Amino acid sequence: MKNIEFRTATSAQGGLLVMGGVPGVAAGSRVQVRDHAGRLRSGLVIRCADDAVLVEVFEGTDQLDLERTWVRFLDEPFKLPVSRDILGRIFNGAGLPRDGRPPIISGDRRDVNGEPLNPAARAYPREFIQTGISAIDGMNSLTRGQKLPIFSGGGLPHNRVAAQIVRQAKLLGEESSEFVIVFAAFGASHADARFFQESFAESGVLNKVAMFLNLADEPVIERLLTPRAALTAAEYLAFDLDYHVLVVMTDMTAYAEALREVAVLRGDVPARKGYPGYLYSDLAEIYERAGRIKNRRGSITMIPVLSMPSDDITHPIPDLTGYITEGQIVLGRELANQNVYPPVTVLPSLSRLMKDGVGKNFTREDHPHVASQLFASYAKALEVRGLAAIIGAEELGDADRRYLEFANAFERRFIGQGEDEDRSVYETLNLAWDLLSMLPRDALIRVSEAELAKYHKGVTA
Amino acid sequence: MGRILEINGPLVKLELPETVLGEQVRVGRLGLIGEVIGRDGNTALAQLYEDTAGLRPGEVAEGLGWPLSVELGPGLLGAIFDGVQRPLQAVREQSGDRMARGVAVPSLPRDKRWRFVPDANRHAGGALAGGDVLGTVRETESILHRILTPPLMHGELLELAPEGDYTIEEAIGRVRLADGSIEKLRLFHRWPVRTPRPFKRRDHAVAPLITGQRILDTFYPLLKGGKAAIPGPFGAGKTMLQQQIARWCNAEIVIYVGCGERGNELTDVLEFMPELKDPHTGRPLMERTLLVANTSNMPVVAREASIYVGITLAEYFRDQGLDVVMVADSTSRWAEALREVAGRLGQMPVEEGYPAYLGSRLAAFYERAGRVETLAGAHGSVTLIGAVSPPGGDFSEPVTSHTKEIIQTFWALSKELADARHYPSVDWLESFSGYVGSAAKWWAENVDPNWESARAEALDLLSASEELQRIVNLVGVEALSSEQRWTLEAASLIKEGLLQQSATDEIDSFASPEKQYALLAAMLEIFRQGMKLVKLGAPARRLIQMPVLAQARRWKSQHTSDDIAALKTKIAAIPGEFDKLMLEYEQTA
Repeated sequence: MKNIEFRTATSAQGGLLVMGGVPGVAAGSRVQVRDHAGRLRSGLVIRCADDAVLVEVFEGTDQLDLERTWVRFLDEPFKLPVSRDILGRIFNGAGLPRDGRPPIISGDRRDVNGEPLNPAARAYPREFIQTGISAIDGMNSLTRGQKLPIFSGGGLPHNRVAAQIVRQAKLLGEESSEFVIVFAAFGASHADARFFQESFAESGVLNKVAMFLNLADEPVIERLLTPRAALTAAEYLAFDLDYHVLVVMTDMTAYAEALREVAVLRGDVPARKGYPGYLYSDLAEIYERAGRIKNRRGSITMIPVLSMPSDDITHPIPDLTGYITEGQIVLGRELANQNVYPPVTVLPSLSRLMKDGVGKNFTREDHPHVASQLFASYAKALEVRGLAAIIGAEELGDADRRYLEFANAFERRFIGQGEDEDRSVYETLNLAWDLLSMLPRDALIRVSEAELAKYHKGVTA
Repeated sequence: MGRILEINGPLVKLELPETVLGEQVRVGRLGLIGEVIGRDGNTALAQLYEDTAGLRPGEVAEGLGWPLSVELGPGLLGAIFDGVQRPLQAVREQSGDRMARGVAVPSLPRDKRWRFVPDANRHAGGALAGGDVLGTVRETESILHRILTPPLMHGELLELAPEGDYTIEEAIGRVRLADGSIEKLRLFHRWPVRTPRPFKRRDHAVAPLITGQRILDTFYPLLKGGKAAIPGPFGAGKTMLQQQIARWCNAEIVIYVGCGERGNELTDVLEFMPELKDPHTGRPLMERTLLVANTSNMPVVAREASIYVGITLAEYFRDQGLDVVMVADSTSRWAEALREVAGRLGQMPVEEGYPAYLGSRLAAFYERAGRVETLAGAHGSVTLIGAVSPPGGDFSEPVTSHTKEIIQTFWALSKELADARHYPSVDWLESFSGYVGSAAKWWAENVDPNWESARAEALDLLSASEELQRIVNLVGVEALSSEQRWTLEAASLIKEGLLQQSATDEIDSFASPEKQYALLAAMLEIFRQGMKLVKLGAPARRLIQMPVLAQARRWKSQHTSDDIAALKTKIAAIPGEFDKLMLEYEQTA
């Protein structure tokens, strides 16, 4: 079957090709399409019956005719050849080299769709990763094997934040990062891709990175394959070669939009905002490939970048993502406009795995309470700030004025930091106590009395 | 023997005459399992529980002759099953860390022997009816598993095995049915998941389910046999709250269905449950817990089946006369699975792409909760708690709004509270409970006769403070009268000292009804004492600085539920604190 070329196309439209009279084609198998000019395209069988086979063509159906189009059914799903040599290389969205070097030769070729992990085989992520960024380490910490997306918006520095995490991420007690990196860009601009490339080059980790790039002007359907190819590489590095893998993917919104585009072509019933009903399941297939497995050394930690359309966190893409991932780091325009970098809006940010990765035995015993206190105090401080905007700061009581000062200092000194500033988690916690000490002791009920006695620097009242 | 005609995602069109709707089918060389959902002429449409990649038109297909069923018998507790009751631990041993397809592993272990003790009242020659208890197996230290006669079986017991060790497939007895045929009895039987198990009659729910969570038990109670929903946007703490309920509630069996949720959450449950002790029996929690896990990356059709598998398991334990809690996380993912299949079938979508039968399916599912008199005359209950994940936190979306009409207790989670790390983030204004009247009787008899009025007073205070807060947001706190300021402060005391509860704090994580009431009474006592002073002319500013206010906020994490006496001493001292101030103002007044 693999060696036969069929010329039985009966219709072609909007990226979809219907082939007539090809019996016994396997669902999900890969196809190779040769057009009248001899150019090769690749595609996927998405629906099959004896009399008609529906093929999705990744490069699109432009300039195809029905009479001179030959299709070969390769009888296997999309596979990625894997070997240690993928590190240091750059691939396109379908896993072919785009750095001018020879293709990866390996007898080990993996189905890019992967297979779902048995929930009973997972190991729970508990190892604290220090990113050197206070807003993350102090209040929304990352653990090995977690999937923690960055929710951002157009024009916000999400790429710089992601790059800083990649540069600085390490376990406590480690001198430098022992991560290898899988970087996937889909629908990203050339400038964004170059930014990451240069950032990796500057920090001298290029030979520890495997890149999968499908840029904004490249075929949309290939975007559906890009994260899957990248994660197949990541799974191989993590669970076959025992590496700790940090996967950075940008931009999930472009992925979801590609999915919608294809769904509309297929005629799927739309659910919200035209996105297909299976957007949740499809995103989950990607995100859930992060994690750890019992009795294996490696891990996959995932940092997807997602730009929220019109900064709307209730848009289906961030919304469904938030239901799958283990928290989110939200960047905000207001802080960015005040020149606070990284502009992490801490209140809607969250790390679900933090409770199990910080505190005694992990970071420091006061960490969970300090984080909770910072959240509570800052939430209160923002209320005061809202009030001050109405009645004027002069009208505030003494206690409220302290909160106002706290809010400003918190944003400038705690959230704000340099792009090359790598704070240890202890520095972060000490800084937190400096700030909390601006508030009266009695107002700090989330920390214990013992912790107050030990760390609070202010006067009693 | 039939064959595959067409493959479209999880849907497969088969040439398979004489098959019955709902029947299980085995499809293709891989032997993938699915369920017939439509017939047209000689063809049948089936939805498969596994990924269909690699299937080809022309491959074989066969009907198995029975609908999707679960195996019910010893070996269920402590296990983790997928959405069609495959035991995930055993599947892992057979096929490795990843879910291979077409794996056939029986739901219950076949080689394990169980100590069966026949019921003393069962004798050969006696009549046997469906649901009758044949005997018992001590499955775990805390749970005595009653071996039930299959619900539809009636006849004469010919023989019952003596006490001894049996596997679940060995015969433990024989029955002559009405038609004269003879059937064997075993330690387990099968039941189709989409059919509710029969019972004698529905009973009134009378006792509250105690979860140890103050905002739930004290303010929005749920009864054993009741129906509750937990809607909340992502990040509102839904999972934590459900885990707290699963961990602390006073049910005898807890069934946790992870339907389309995160893999790591189930791992978390699997890892922490065995380490935790059941607060009521002191045994490891896993002994009373059963997990059904169909995570978000597992096939969508099995996700749709998973909540029926869960509820059938729950009914089985109910039929043994036990109180069962089933937590379904999340019913929204189940509804989405329904929508996905409906979409592929080309059914007309109504709201947000959901099929028209969404509401009736949800209602029928929740109706399987309840407290009943079982066929054997015992009393058991299934309490159903469904999580809802409304898109964008919008409670007017179809799944939340349909669910709201069905359930009695509504624990609405709020993003604003969660953002301020006020956990559990149950919104005291949006939530409701239709069980307060029944719960009040229990609290009055078992804890304190004043429970109902104290609860109402606290809720009044909270809603009054909401009004006041609006004024403060406009013109500042200085514009309030002393009485108003004190009301605001008392409400904040209730929020921080009572409603907020830390799941990770060892002492605060669980509060017995006695502790809950003591704290409630304490907060109200402070409010009343202060109000008395304010009415005498004491400025609220002064009262707010009283050290007892900061102290009272910490009491919840200073006294365990066994240590109520010390807490009560502190409460008794409250008037004294205010009396000191009182002297000043009585003199000036």
